[in-house]
Amino acid sequence: MRFGAKFRPVFAVLAAALLLLPFAIDALFGHGWVRIADFALLYIMLALGLNIVVGYAGLLDLGYIAFFAVGAYNYALLSSPQLGLHWPVWVVLPLGALLACVFGVLLGAPTLKLRGDYLAIVTLGFGEIIRIFMNNLNAPVNITNGPQGISMIDPVQTGGFSFGTAHRLFGIEIPSVHLYYYLFLAFTLLVVFVSRRLENSRIGRAWMAIREDEVAAEAMGIDTRNVKLLAFAIGATFGGISGGLFAGFQGFISPESFGLMESIMILCMVVLGGMGNIWGVVLGGVLLTLLPEAFRHGAGPVQQALFGKSIIDPESLRMLMFGLALVLVMLWRPAGLWPSTQRRRELTDEDDDVVKQEQDTVYDSNK
Amino acid sequence: MDILLQQIFNGLVQGSVYALVALGYTMVYGILGLINFAHGEVVMVGAMVALAASQVLLSAALPPLLVLLLALMAAMAVCMALGFVIERIAYRPLRNAPRLAPLITAIGVSIVLQNLAMIVWGREYHAFPQLLPHDSHTLGGAVINDVQLIIVLAALLMMAGLMLLVHRTRLGRAMRAVAENPSAAMLMGVDINSVISVTFMIGSALAAVAGLMVSANYGIVHYYMGFLLGLKAFTAAVLGGIGNLRGAMLGGVLLGLIESLGAGYIGDLTGGFLGSNYQDVFAFFVLIAVLIFRPSGLLGERVAERA
Repeated sequence: MRFGAKFRPVFAVLAAALLLLPFAIDALFGHGWVRIADFALLYIMLALGLNIVVGYAGLLDLGYIAFFAVGAYNYALLSSPQLGLHWPVWVVLPLGALLACVFGVLLGAPTLKLRGDYLAIVTLGFGEIIRIFMNNLNAPVNITNGPQGISMIDPVQTGGFSFGTAHRLFGIEIPSVHLYYYLFLAFTLLVVFVSRRLENSRIGRAWMAIREDEVAAEAMGIDTRNVKLLAFAIGATFGGISGGLFAGFQGFISPESFGLMESIMILCMVVLGGMGNIWGVVLGGVLLTLLPEAFRHGAGPVQQALFGKSIIDPESLRMLMFGLALVLVMLWRPAGLWPSTQRRRELTDEDDDVVKQEQDTVYDSNK
Repeated sequence: MDILLQQIFNGLVQGSVYALVALGYTMVYGILGLINFAHGEVVMVGAMVALAASQVLLSAALPPLLVLLLALMAAMAVCMALGFVIERIAYRPLRNAPRLAPLITAIGVSIVLQNLAMIVWGREYHAFPQLLPHDSHTLGGAVINDVQLIIVLAALLMMAGLMLLVHRTRLGRAMRAVAENPSAAMLMGVDINSVISVTFMIGSALAAVAGLMVSANYGIVHYYMGFLLGLKAFTAAVLGGIGNLRGAMLGGVLLGLIESLGAGYIGDLTGGFLGSNYQDVFAFFVLIAVLIFRPSGLLGERVAERA
């Protein structure tokens, strides 16, 4: 990410905007929307993790939420009254990331031989298995507390500083949701940074080579098995971190938050935003968190105003829009709203010339 | 002993339903190489339409058996139309697109159908009227009722009919030709598009029958019923060897048996640690195991490795 000097002011403005955003949202729309912004950041992290698996390596994973669940349950079990444990966050979060990573490899190892659509179904099955276990591991030994979920989870806190309560800094009262916003923002930027570096690395290019043509990639000497496993592992790690933060932020988790629909929603963020393009995925994450919320808040009153009563359940309407959006985007903009520049770059004049030259020489030698 | 037999009966009944739905997956996969993710929702729509039709007809005081037949026909007609439309809108434009594209539209269609059903019929469970006799029979210490017997028989009949259609008719030959090699079939004068449309419609008709069977058996209809059923039926199709009709039937029945026996005995096997509430896990474990150890399924001859 090496921008010229003229971009520095833009950067500074962007940074200031991101820092002031929660206060602006709070002033304009109220506390609830800062919470939604927090969720948007969590979802962006998840979507970026899935982007590595789906966008870069081209492996369709429909059970991605399982890693989120692993991270969340890890946090919840180790810092709540459920098992009476209150481990420090410095241990719990990395452990959650590691655990999710292990699950990613566990899922990846046996399924790597499978083709795209089979892989999708197996990962879907894996996600459901995790959810079913979370749902049922309350008897005979109560581990996950079953469908009731785990509550009273400790907030993220370290060295006496808790993100769960308001703090006064420089004479300004900063509420808990704002603090979480900054925490999540930091993690999101880290994930963006890591994604960005991976994309332009040897590994990233190997992923894209596999996505475009696995046989050719293997012929070029890429160890496809390990490289695909790495995609699963890194994607899962992001999911695990995000899950831990989610548990600390919410204070309550239940298996309901980790269903197939959540997996699909994250997939939608990646697909609608633009598979393989970080900023597209970020856009997808923001849009798909904010629009449904706007829908939820807006659809009821609008219907009230139009028909005098709520005819269609806003929640169904929201999901309906999701489904339609998936179909329509695939039909009309298969590469997403903000597609990766990779292909565009491949098709620029410069490269065309190279291809043309190569072809010319081939044809020349035939003459 | 009688518990074992009972579990086998239950497994057979459930397996027949899986087999019928699995046929829809396998036919489409055989021809297009596409997982029709929305197929489970077609089953649900079939059940919902059958419910709506039978409610209307029952209030007209028609005899139950006639109501059943008319409801079945209504469900089949709606599902066939639905299958046709889904293929036309969501799959046909993407026939030459990358593999993931049609799968994602399929998921989209599935979400749309589910939520449309929720908007039309609501979130609640609906009771399905008893149109068939529910008399129980005792066979070797296990109980089976009329509805369940009819389900197994009807499934067998449908499968026999489908086999005849595919192996003995002109249309069936065209379907097999398209599955084998679409471009060669086209050169031989087969109208590929209409064959694919018909395949979707036949699969959807079978789904409608399956939907009616499930609702008649459990007496409950719900907008979410298609999702898990579809997933398990797909598992059955993979288990038998996807793209293979006999495989789908075998896989369906086997999966039904595995599930009911597994749910019946898992408690004893794990010393009470895991109970029958883990029933749904079996299908997924079977799916994963099959794909790892025998990706072409039990009866699949060729490993479908295209693209």
